[in-house]
Formats: sequence, C-alpha cells, structure tokens
Amino acid sequence: MIRLAALCFFCLWCNAGFAQESFDDPALDERYRSLIHEIRCPKCLNESIAESKAPVAADLRREVRRLIGEGASDDEIKTFLSSRYGDFVLYRPRLTPATWVLWGGPFIFLAIGGLVFWRILKKRGDQPMDEDLPA
Amino acid sequence: MLRYIVPLAIFVVIGVSLFFGLGRNPNNVPSPLVGKPVPDFSLPDLEDPAATVSSTDLAGRVALVNVWGTWCVECRHEHAFLLELARAGVPILGLNVKDERVAANRWLAQLGNPYVSSGFDPEGKAAIDWGVTGAPETFLIGREGTILHKHISPLTPFVWQRDFIPLLREQCASADCPFLTAVGGR
Repeated sequence: MIRLAALCFFCLWCNAGFAQESFDDPALDERYRSLIHEIRCPKCLNESIAESKAPVAADLRREVRRLIGEGASDDEIKTFLSSRYGDFVLYRPRLTPATWVLWGGPFIFLAIGGLVFWRILKKRGDQPMDEDLPA
Repeated sequence: MLRYIVPLAIFVVIGVSLFFGLGRNPNNVPSPLVGKPVPDFSLPDLEDPAATVSSTDLAGRVALVNVWGTWCVECRHEHAFLLELARAGVPILGLNVKDERVAANRWLAQLGNPYVSSGFDPEGKAAIDWGVTGAPETFLIGREGTILHKHISPLTPFVWQRDFIPLLREQCASADCPFLTAVGGR
C-alpha cells in the first residue's frame, strides 16, 4: 500500500516536471501536446517523446517548442524531425514508396481474407444442405 | 495437395520474417542522413572557446565525426580504439554533446585526445541536426562532404573492419589514405 502511494506520488511528481514545458497560449499548448504524442522517441523504442525520459526526447521536445514558437506548421515540424531521424519518428508515417506496403498491407490481407471467405461460401453453396436432400 | 502447401507457405513466410526481424538490433534506426551532405554546424571549440569548429573543417577530406560526452560510459570503452585510429592518421572530429567544458577537457587530458578538435555542444543542438540519438555514435564522412555511414554504439576493430574499411577502400586511392592499412586493414 505504501509502495503504491509512493508510486502515485512519484508519477504526479514526474508529470509536474513535464507540465513546466508548456505554452501560455492554450491553443499552442494543445498543439504542442498532441504533436509530442505523435512523435516517437528515436532512442527508447515505442515511447513517444512526450512519455520518454531519454535526454534526446527532452531535446526534441525543446525543438518542437522552439519551432511552434517560431510559427512553424505541424507539417513543417514533422518534416524537420523526419529529415533528421527518419520516418521512424513519426507514429503516422507518410505515404511514400517505402511505406506503401505498410499502408496498403492491411487492405491486401483483407482482400485475401475476403477471397478465401468467398471461396468457402461458394463451395458450401454448391453442396446440398441436409434439408435439400430428397427424402 | 493445396491444403498442405498453403499452411507450409504461411509458416515459411512467418518464419523467415521473424528470423530476420527478431535478429535485428532495434536501436539501429537507419539514418536518413546517410548519402546526404554533412549538416551545417558551427560550434565553439571545446579546448579553445574563442575558436570554432564547423562543417568547413570536414571539407575535402575523408574523416570521422565522433559523438561523445563524459557522461557516456560506452565512450570510455571506445576511447582506446579512437586513439589507435588517430595514431594511424585518421582525422576524427569530436562532437561533445550535453557535457561540461571542464569535465570534458579533463577527460581528454587524462585519457588522451584522439580528436583533431571537438565542437562543444552543451544543449545538443548540432546533435539534433546530425540525427544523434545518444552517444557514442560515429559518422564516416567522404571526400565530397557526404555522410557515408553512421555507426551507433562503440566503434570496435571488428566494426571498423566490417563496415568502415570497405567504404574507405572505395573512397580513396591507397596513396592518400595511409590509415587504410594502418589499423587492421589488410
């Protein structure tokens, strides 16, 4: 119980640390927060830079804040980061020849599944069901 | 017949992709900068704050750019090999990131200085332009000022032999690359 309380306290404390990295303007702050959740930390494997405590994540958050402050658009910020760290840092990679398979793959598998389903149905349809058997 | 081939084919596809996928080091994120020109940077020199270290220092020669910091344990591990490369004549430009000047200079005084010079980047700003995720990282810069290779984690004789020597061989005629043969480059 004490451990749990300590953990909760620690979490709150950590969030308090992050909360200082914010904008006074609520609209900018909102944009900043949604952006840093969309950018993957290049060092720490499947944490966004919002969640990660790696030094590079803190640096990237700072860069995102700087760029927002300079009036860059979300797209410009993403281009800035992906030109340095690759598409890897975007949780929603852009549609490029290298990511066609990634974006198209699910549809291809859906098509294959549909085809298999249709074939099974057709096969079953060809077989007479019990009720159809002549008595 | 088909009922045996299809599951077997699926098994092979999954098996092969897992075999290659799981064997990869997830920290080795390929850098989009490989093949591109060196990013522009200009930093104060670590040892002499009045001087600057910049991308022009890399112009026209084959060189290494090594990212380091005194907070980086693996850099200490790598240091002896960097000294060996420097002795063999490999120009190494240091990028000292997120460090303190006094501590970094003390490190060089105590362990030896393999760098032609080191740029001092306490906030890691230039490091972001280089797509640096941590230290140590080593870039191989070609004669035309393009990044030929990026290595994440300590540089070792094995890695040097496997990844750097073949690229260096392409880069320079043996006459002007004495370091090609100096460090295990048989």
